[in-house]
Amino acid sequence: MELIFEISKPGRSTADVSASDVPIVNIDDVIGRQYLRNDLDLPEVAEIDLVRHYTNLSRRNFGVDLGFYPLGSCTMKYNPKINENVAALPGFTGLHPNASDEFAQGNLQLLYEMQKYLCGIFGMAEFTLQPAAGAHGELAGVMMIKKYFESKGQIRPTILIPDTAHGTNPASGALCGFDTITLRSNPEGGVDIEHLNSLMTEDVAGLMLTNPNTLGLFERNIEQVAQIVHSKGGLLYGDGANANAFLGKTRPGDLDFDVIQLNLHKTFATPHGGGGPGSGPVGVSEALVNYLPVPRIVKNESTYSWSANFPDTIGRVRAFYGNFNVIVKAYTYICSLGAEGLTRATEMAVLNANYIKEKLKPYYDLPYDRVCMHESVFSGNRQVAQSGVHTSDIAKRLIDFGYHPPTIYFPLIVPEAFMIEPTETESKETLDAFCDAMIAIAQEAKENPQRVKDAPLSTPVSRLDEVLAARKPDVCWKR
Amino acid sequence: MSKSNPTDRLYSKDHEWVKDNGDGTAVVGITDYAQEMLTDIVFVELPPVGKKLAQGEPMAVVESVKSVSDVYAPVTGEIIAVNKTLEETPELINQDAFGEGWIAKLNLENVAELKSLLNAADYDALIKEEKH
Ligand SMILES: Cc1ncc(COP(=O)(O)O)c(C=O)c1O
Repeated sequence: MELIFEISKPGRSTADVSASDVPIVNIDDVIGRQYLRNDLDLPEVAEIDLVRHYTNLSRRNFGVDLGFYPLGSCTMKYNPKINENVAALPGFTGLHPNASDEFAQGNLQLLYEMQKYLCGIFGMAEFTLQPAAGAHGELAGVMMIKKYFESKGQIRPTILIPDTAHGTNPASGALCGFDTITLRSNPEGGVDIEHLNSLMTEDVAGLMLTNPNTLGLFERNIEQVAQIVHSKGGLLYGDGANANAFLGKTRPGDLDFDVIQLNLHKTFATPHGGGGPGSGPVGVSEALVNYLPVPRIVKNESTYSWSANFPDTIGRVRAFYGNFNVIVKAYTYICSLGAEGLTRATEMAVLNANYIKEKLKPYYDLPYDRVCMHESVFSGNRQVAQSGVHTSDIAKRLIDFGYHPPTIYFPLIVPEAFMIEPTETESKETLDAFCDAMIAIAQEAKENPQRVKDAPLSTPVSRLDEVLAARKPDVCWKR
Repeated sequence: MSKSNPTDRLYSKDHEWVKDNGDGTAVVGITDYAQEMLTDIVFVELPPVGKKLAQGEPMAVVESVKSVSDVYAPVTGEIIAVNKTLEETPELINQDAFGEGWIAKLNLENVAELKSLLNAADYDALIKEEKH
């Protein structure tokens, strides 16, 4: 496919601009010669070429509206279209972000109610909707933990991160100035309690735990974990990126989590990963409410207003108040599913993941063979040993079958990992067809490994030479 | 299969090798087993000459198609030379980890530290265990 620059012809355009009926100014005078380029080198194309170019590009894209997208840990749920309709209402899109409170009552009410819904669903005392996505929520959460100890006059330089954690967890801890210490997993895929006991001292601010963790497994000793952390005065941080596995079933607040960040774009079905921005609300227990970012929304009888009058706050973490449009979509999702619907979505997500796990178990290694939550993690070790076919080859071969590959090489503690998260809306037929493809690839890896290693074979762009691309990147088009 | 580990040098548990030049300096690199685990190396971040490092401190960064890893100083000392050719051709580490793919040369501060490192036979045993 040609680049838009390659189909450009000088003088071609999509519209004729009519002669100016206002006095013409000399651009050199108003901007200044020194700031102007002689040649902008913008593509010049007719409307039809423009439309075809971008339509063709979009057809080479892949999204959840096109096919099954079991990208583990990313929760590529179907995004109901009613969310888009509601978010497009002029009352939401037309309001200027600097409009005064009295003109923004409806939008403030939505934000306020969303916070209340989240408090109810997750059992936390208070929520902020400010952070822009999950990792940003983590950072805001860890900042509150830091401030909590500072205001108590305690110096706690370290924070514990399990070896299964998403890379953003240690990054958030480190960005806040904590030394991060890795906590081992036990052979069952949960927290190694003995190791936790030995690491948890009064130097440790807390533990950042993802539950269910990135192996898709629920922490069986969660109460004991919370008790150990709290017994040394530490705080329990919850990475709620996997909350779609427990909505309506349990609440982090009831499990004694002190802080939890959510990924609204995953759990509450808003487009992400190229489809739109994220949203990373943070919920806190009573002990941390004073440290929440400002401004906060306060309700006075029946009106809402912003207030920055919270002296212990960590301050502002983002301009304006989060990604409002995403919050509207998530709010719509909660309202349209209701408590029962959210619980049922959880059940279906877990059922679907276990269905795939059981079906693929005879063909691929399953390092942690127990009931999983919303996703399951396999290993391509058997295929590597049999014929030198790696997980990356299997993933690329899946593209030929019309599927988005699962997440690969994460979590790091599973060699040749691939992580399958089907989500709740997929039918049994879709799951079966996907499993058939995976089983066919396992067979092919034995009988015709070269075919798998050469994949993808049916895409517009064939396999990249990743090494060459990284060593000698060539990303700028030159005439 | 990795190349055998030369007996003319010592090894750290983190898969670095150190070759004592006998004149108060030593050359440091990563082992062939390490490059095999990392797969194709695409970038190496070298330390500045003159930097003083304590044993176990991060000395360089190697980035492969698969991961980004720290290389730790296996002994305490000051960097007196780095292998500049790795900036353009990081694949030298894949091709010749024990030779052309060396990373840095250090002034040895504390020769006694060498005793804390493994000889080739012990290192062979260590990687055999890791493979299981
Ligand atoms: C477990 C976990 N934690 C945190 C994050 C970070 O979230 P975000 O990508 O929204 O910053 C992710 C997502 O990639 C995740 O899977």
